[in-house]
Amino acid sequence: MIRLQDVTKRYPGGQEALHGVSLEVNKGEFVLLLGHSGAGKSTLLKLMAAIERPTSGAVWVSGQNLGGLRPAAIPYLRRNFGLVFQDHKLLLDRSVRENVALPLRITGFDGADIARRVRAALDRVGLRDKENAHPVELSGGEQQRVCIARAIVHRPAIVLADEPTANLDDAYAREIVALFQALHQVGVTLVVSTHAPQVFESVRPRQVVLSKGSLAA
Amino acid sequence: MRTWLREHALAFSDTLGRMGRSPVGTLLSILVIGIALALPAGLHVLLKNLATLAPERSAEPELTLYLQADLAEPDRKGLESRLAGHVAVSKVRFVPRDVALKELEKATGMASIQEEIGRNPLPDAFVVAGRRGAADALEKLQAEAGRWPGIEHAQLDSAWARQVDSALRAGRVFILMLAGVLVVGLGAVTFNTIRLQILNRREEIEVSKLIGATNAFIRRPFLYFGAIQAVAGALLSWLLVELAVGALETQLGQGASLLSPGESLMRLSLLDLVGAGLIAALVGWIGAWLSVAFHLRRLDPT
Ligand SMILES: Nc1ncnc2c1ncn2[C@@H]1O[C@H](COP(=O)(O)OP(=O)(O)OP(=O)(O)O)[C@@H](O)[C@H]1O
Ligand SMILES: [Mg+2]
Repeated sequence: MIRLQDVTKRYPGGQEALHGVSLEVNKGEFVLLLGHSGAGKSTLLKLMAAIERPTSGAVWVSGQNLGGLRPAAIPYLRRNFGLVFQDHKLLLDRSVRENVALPLRITGFDGADIARRVRAALDRVGLRDKENAHPVELSGGEQQRVCIARAIVHRPAIVLADEPTANLDDAYAREIVALFQALHQVGVTLVVSTHAPQVFESVRPRQVVLSKGSLAA
Repeated sequence: MRTWLREHALAFSDTLGRMGRSPVGTLLSILVIGIALALPAGLHVLLKNLATLAPERSAEPELTLYLQADLAEPDRKGLESRLAGHVAVSKVRFVPRDVALKELEKATGMASIQEEIGRNPLPDAFVVAGRRGAADALEKLQAEAGRWPGIEHAQLDSAWARQVDSALRAGRVFILMLAGVLVVGLGAVTFNTIRLQILNRREEIEVSKLIGATNAFIRRPFLYFGAIQAVAGALLSWLLVELAVGALETQLGQGASLLSPGESLMRLSLLDLVGAGLIAALVGWIGAWLSVAFHLRRLDPT
């Protein structure tokens, strides 16, 4: 489903964030991305979603080489993904409901459909009662769950989640893990970075460890 | 098709919502555009009213040929057929001196010119109507015919009417140029409003792109914004001109009695309004499109 082939990423003016990474994620797999801070986890996820481009090497998603993709095709590629960002990237001037609705509006769903799906997604992260709140009125963990709701509302085939449990206490972290497990069971491919692999133990994910930009054996 | 309609309806309502969220800024922009467009629109109405004052025949020039007093009938007939055959001439009318006198008495309201002077001071004349647009040829004919035997004097009529005519034409050119400049101004105002909006909504644009929004999706509400704002400005300028004409009508009617009761000034026609609205919408749309194209490229995360 996702294949990285000898990928190196060097940010402009920086040192190498990734070096010679080759990795294959199969359809329906649950991959846990581990590594110390600065190891390159976020960078790896961004390369998969074509948010960053590799300095060398190639990234393939569903058989498409992202390097050969026309810029106009990138939005359609990204709609296959549900993205959970490390920094949430919520719109502060929009309500929770509007934030979660954004992926559906982008793809042209009609109003009634949007309302129904947004409610369902908020239910799954336990935030139904906050749908009219604005992100600033939410705790860090609640914001994180809004971000997760936004990532799954359009039922993507692949979820790329960057530290989705970082701000959550154990109870909520386990709920998110349960949510991801449910997605995994219906065939969604998940790549999740984390500093806390123990909360994912019950899923028995495949673990990939990055160390200073390279895959550890 | 339904999706397409829905997306546009969505962008449209989204745009109105956005305007509602910053009413002061929106109103100020519309005011600037409205006042700027009211200028050429007002001049256009002024010119329309002036044009009704100019005599209608000014479009078809006339040449009057005064005949020598002692001209014999056959010579007169000869002149007439010569004139009728000329390329610049559409119609020749003979005005005998006594008819001319009656016309003069009627026009001036002096009933007894002949009695006071003792004789009819007017000569016989040909009134020659030129072909439409043949003013130059008629002018040549004037010089030529002035030297023909039997003709005392050739006069190209109503120089003032032609001056009014060319003044009106110059006025129209001026208005067109002014409108052109202001249309560019409208585009620039729109470009700038949209630039500020894009900066304000930078986050939203970036996040939208990250989760799969196409450029068209991002562009759409801004294009609507540009067009709606410009059309609102055009409507405002129409309203301003209407108010001005109304006030002027009252002044001219009551104060100066230049308008008789029931008489009214020309106003902007529906065609003027619709035309201006369409042009404004187009220019607003284009201004917004350029602005989005220019500023989105700088925001592109990839
Ligand atoms: N936009 C950027 N510009 C320059 N350097 C960057 C950029 N993003 C990341 N880096 C650098 O690339 C390296 C890898 O960063 P990355 O964010 O991928 O690490 P990470 O494993 O996600 O870390 P963390 O666990 O702290 O989130 C770091 O050294 C970081 O400083
Ligand atoms: Mg990171």
